[in-house]
Amino acid sequence: MRAILSSKWTKVAVFVFCLVPFLVLVGRTLRGQLGANPVEFLQHATGDWTLRFLIFTLSITPLRKLLRLPELIRFRRMLGLFAFFYVCLHFITYIGPDQSFSLTGMWQDIAKRRFITVGFLGFLLLIPLAVTSTAGWIRRLGGKRWQALHRAIYVAAVCGVIHYYWLVKSDVREPLFYGAIVAILLLWRLGDWLIKRGKRAPAQVAAAGIS
Amino acid sequence: MLIRPKPDLTYADITPRSVYFNRREVLRAMGIAGVGLAGGKILSSLAFPGQTALATSKLSGLVKSPFSTTEKPNSIEDVTHYNNYYEFGTDKSDPAKKSQNFRTSPWSVSVEGEVAKPRKFSMDEILKLAPLEERIYRHRCVERWSIVVPWIGFSLSTLAKLVEPTSKAQYVAFQTFFDPTQMPEAKYGGIDFPYVEGLRLDEAMHPLTMLCVGMYGETLPNQDGAPVRIVVPWKYGYKSIKSIVKIRFQQKEPPTTWNRYSSEEYGFYSNVNPAVDHPRWSQATERRLGEIFRRNTLLFNGYGDQVASLYNGMDLKKYH
Ligand code: HEM
Repeated sequence: MRAILSSKWTKVAVFVFCLVPFLVLVGRTLRGQLGANPVEFLQHATGDWTLRFLIFTLSITPLRKLLRLPELIRFRRMLGLFAFFYVCLHFITYIGPDQSFSLTGMWQDIAKRRFITVGFLGFLLLIPLAVTSTAGWIRRLGGKRWQALHRAIYVAAVCGVIHYYWLVKSDVREPLFYGAIVAILLLWRLGDWLIKRGKRAPAQVAAAGIS
Repeated sequence: MLIRPKPDLTYADITPRSVYFNRREVLRAMGIAGVGLAGGKILSSLAFPGQTALATSKLSGLVKSPFSTTEKPNSIEDVTHYNNYYEFGTDKSDPAKKSQNFRTSPWSVSVEGEVAKPRKFSMDEILKLAPLEERIYRHRCVERWSIVVPWIGFSLSTLAKLVEPTSKAQYVAFQTFFDPTQMPEAKYGGIDFPYVEGLRLDEAMHPLTMLCVGMYGETLPNQDGAPVRIVVPWKYGYKSIKSIVKIRFQQKEPPTTWNRYSSEEYGFYSNVNPAVDHPRWSQATERRLGEIFRRNTLLFNGYGDQVASLYNGMDLKKYH
């Protein structure tokens, strides 16, 4: 298992897997199979995949520890970058067909619509994370600071869930489903941190963080 | 030998049993229906992007209507595969799939309340109340999409006059059929059922307000409100209540489903108005199905010339 996880080819396979939703959307677009409202179809699909990839990214640390498979960490950056890739596509469906590329219209909308405001906040938070995802940036920032910065993904995921919850009309099953998963993933980290803190000398507590 | 006159065509005759292709059953047979929420949705959309067949029949002798817009109607494909009908699921693609077994025959509509002559109308009677007109109307959903549909029917006032509303009748309440066994998806809708709607009497009697029995030259498909619905083209789509079984004339303003769900978001009047935003999104623009960019939404959905006088002196923001 660990040998498979460490293989170069596994990384390639995961990359291809991450690209499948995109390729399916391209295929359906080319064949005109996006239903009656193609823009909405793409907007919803890319929004869904952003949230799913945020969840995949957040699952790595718990899985790595629970399954004792440290190699899983190799995939975390790629999953996170794919979340960013899908949110960019999602944003394009908004700024283009929804706002006709009008920046003033967009700002007004962001200021006025709370579901857009939180979605936009989530998007903004992901930008520095994508930029600093390289080894060079980890070195430049130093491990601790880099880690602290990348905790912004917790907030981005929560923003994504609230965004979804606020935009549905009355059937809240799907936003609650994603919300529950995000909650479990974040609560696990809290629990992990509390346990670690309990084991440490009080002096170290201040410096400790949630990974 | 006695020659019997040919019996009249009845609604049951013109509504054949549905022949359709049920995606879910196929999936189940393939044993992949158990995969998770996300996976299942994706797999099914990958495997079967196709359509369900319609179980409608031709309506003949249609009269053209001066109320029709000259705008190009949407494809029947769009209008039958992008529906809000929460009794059959909340996704726009659900009603086309999940309403196919819905039994719409026999059917009758009870007209009651503050009327001199309350009575029940069978579908056959409704079809013969007046010449069937084809009216091409714009239809604007509160969710900011719009379509152009060639509806078939006649003014609701035709039926209303037959029952003779009394002077006490100020409002009209409508109710959709509800049967949880035929509509198992309803419990996830988040709104109460049966679905109810209402109009002020003058709105209900306005000639644009339609009692609708068909579209695109045929009887209504189940997902579009078979066998009979209301169409009010200057109001958001949810006012155009589907599959009605009851029409009640009354003195008090009736409760309406979406208003009960959230009165700030969905007013009783719900007139299309680009200047009055839904609390969560702007109503200034809409996307016509088939178009990429948004177009501007028109006050009263472009029917202001005919209906604006109904609301003279009224604060359209307050009474949204
Ligand atoms: C962390 C970032 C984001 C996440 C996780 C996210 C996720 C989602 C999800 C899950 C949906 C619903 C899809 C469905 O119904 O199946 C959605 C819809 C939508 N999102 Fe986002 N989104 C994000 C950022 C944004 C941004 C930055 C914008 C625009 C500024 C935006 C605009 C929209 C719009 C307009 C809709 C459709 C609303 C409707 O249909 O009424 N989102 N998003």
